[in-house]
Amino acid sequence: MNALIRGGRVLDPAHDVDAVQDVLIQEGKISRLGTGLRAPDGTPTIEAGGKVVCPGFIDAHVHLREPGYEYKETVATGTKAAAAGGFTAVACMANTNPVNDNRSVTDYVLAKARSEGVVRVYPIGAVSRGLEGKELAELAELAEAGCVAFSDDGHPVMNSALLRHAMEYTLPFGLPIISHAEDAHLTGGGVMNEGAVSTELGLAGRPSAAEEVMVARDLCLAELTGAHVHIAHISTAGAVRLVRDAKARGIRVTAEVTPHHLLLTEEAVRGYDPNTKMNPPLRTKRDREALVEALADGTIDCIATDHAPHAVAEKEGDFDQAAFGIVGLETAVSLLVDRLVRPGLLDLRTLVSRFTVGPARLLNLRGGSLAPGADADITILDLERRLTIDPRAFHSKSRNTPFGGWEVTGMPWMTLVGGRVVMWERVIKGGVDA
Amino acid sequence: MGWTRKDLLTMQELEPAEIGLILDTAASMKEIAAREIKKVPTLRGRTVVNLFYEPSTRTRTSFEIAGKWLSADVVNWSAPGSSAAKGESLLDTARNIAAMSPDVVVVRHGAAGAAALLAKALRCAVVNAGDGAHEHPTQALLDLLTIREKKGHLEGLSVAIVGDIARSRVARSNIHGMRKLGMTVTVAGPPTLIPPFVQELGVKVSHRLEEAIANVDVIMMLRLQQERMMEALIPSLREYARYWGLTPTSLGAARQDVLIMHPGPVNRGIEIAPEVADGPYSVILDQVANGVAVRMAVLFLLAGGKAQP
Repeated sequence: MNALIRGGRVLDPAHDVDAVQDVLIQEGKISRLGTGLRAPDGTPTIEAGGKVVCPGFIDAHVHLREPGYEYKETVATGTKAAAAGGFTAVACMANTNPVNDNRSVTDYVLAKARSEGVVRVYPIGAVSRGLEGKELAELAELAEAGCVAFSDDGHPVMNSALLRHAMEYTLPFGLPIISHAEDAHLTGGGVMNEGAVSTELGLAGRPSAAEEVMVARDLCLAELTGAHVHIAHISTAGAVRLVRDAKARGIRVTAEVTPHHLLLTEEAVRGYDPNTKMNPPLRTKRDREALVEALADGTIDCIATDHAPHAVAEKEGDFDQAAFGIVGLETAVSLLVDRLVRPGLLDLRTLVSRFTVGPARLLNLRGGSLAPGADADITILDLERRLTIDPRAFHSKSRNTPFGGWEVTGMPWMTLVGGRVVMWERVIKGGVDA
Repeated sequence: MGWTRKDLLTMQELEPAEIGLILDTAASMKEIAAREIKKVPTLRGRTVVNLFYEPSTRTRTSFEIAGKWLSADVVNWSAPGSSAAKGESLLDTARNIAAMSPDVVVVRHGAAGAAALLAKALRCAVVNAGDGAHEHPTQALLDLLTIREKKGHLEGLSVAIVGDIARSRVARSNIHGMRKLGMTVTVAGPPTLIPPFVQELGVKVSHRLEEAIANVDVIMMLRLQQERMMEALIPSLREYARYWGLTPTSLGAARQDVLIMHPGPVNRGIEIAPEVADGPYSVILDQVANGVAVRMAVLFLLAGGKAQP
């Protein structure tokens, strides 16, 4: 796969590049960056004037739902959604059916990704067998099969001894443990943030402390074992403070934040729209501001969508019964460009960094930069394009988003994986239909 | 003023004048209850569906009598014996009921927001008869009617609401209604039963029964759900009754002209002693009687009865 991307603003935070340059791709790899590059005859040219050429965006936290919940999403549709949203790679969680707690499931997901995937897929293995928090999953074999991390996402590991042993056992593999940090007793039957709004709406709340006690526990265990713990979808000011302090003390911790926790608060739950029900819940304005600040100062390493597709029937009923989570792959980039970068809350370079080198480092992936020799995984942004978010146009099988109808400026314009164009103007190239 | 809303979902959304209209209409409905033949043709040909997903003899019966006295056809669709038990969703049930063209749907459901969800899905009027721990507006209206009858007015009165505030839709509806009408409200109970930031609803908080009930015009005791012990929110019914039960002794802290209310059903000997529930200050049965009048008023206003009753 050869191509010449000409005249775009090349923005590669990993190598401190921000300049109008050409990018020459040869045999699926970045060959050269420079001005006035010439390509061999017959090389396709992509005119990127006025666009921003970035390393391929990586989403470290998605749910592809396959195997088991193909009515919500499949590897095929989830990776199309990823490509449409400007992502060249996704890491998918283990809460499938059967659970990805043994290598046959990992093999299956990777086989699906090879045959039907549009972007790169990195499976995340379970920490415990069946996500039950009782016995360790076959962690060594999962690592050998290609899992890039371990997580019981959606099912917090309440047994601290089990988590400690998982951290110790996986140390030689160099893979992180991703923690869905919520104390299941403190969250109880809560369906939204505990606070003034839950009191008014009569909905059971989940206190911030439910997240913070688990983050504190995880940090203690990371310190004890020397393991790398990654805090998934961090959502409270208190949890941010714990991570910031731990980083300062040299504990191996990283953290991710979702676009919805960066943009919405518990106020969005008024009206009982099930598309505002997520886990952890939308928090307060103070928490939201702390998350934006932590994303800017590097306390939070990456943005991850927690793309959680659900069928219409699972998200249309009463709030208590509705499933937790929203889809995020196809809205994340536009929303954050428009609502964080455009108003000056975050500079573009930092945003790109948190979508590229941030997740690549924490998952030890090769991508995340445009260095010569790297895979030509590239995301090209059009910062001027205006659009209205329309869930009916999603490539995902699911439509559960609270952002439908939002007017935004800025969108992923083209996605290349290994030098091949997989998305252009929201149209998917290649891949097969589910 | 006239009634303009399609639904009655919350006290929070009502204007003081709208509350006044319902109370005045209810007061005139009481005259019907006093007649020997308790039936007027006002809602003849109208259909009221009682859609109850939680067991409730009192509220459902109250709505049923209210509808029948106004000559509406009242149908009870109670969940345990219906398709809800077979896994049909609230929205599916709503679509099916809508296909039968009722004029009013009265709904009780365990989920906060359920009534609003139905109201959005249905073209007919929807009355919230309790949605989770959110609101129960007709209970607040009948409480207000009862207080107004006994005290002659509402503005300036003070009320203590005592017990499981966190899980109480009755408390929330009353707090909104009372605040709008210029009453002061104190909520009281052990901290585990007081929801966070409840002060933002405009109430005071007390953690001592005697302090809360001293010098108020009305004491409203709430039913204690006995499963609250299992959630480790209170140690035992015995201890709860000792510190939070309204007894002849603890009532000594209250004023001589105090009204004692309870939305029912009463746990005798737990939140309220039998001799207090049946005593001279209690207006618990007046509340039940006024419940019918308030629900007649609500059905009348929503179903658009043309003639005056």
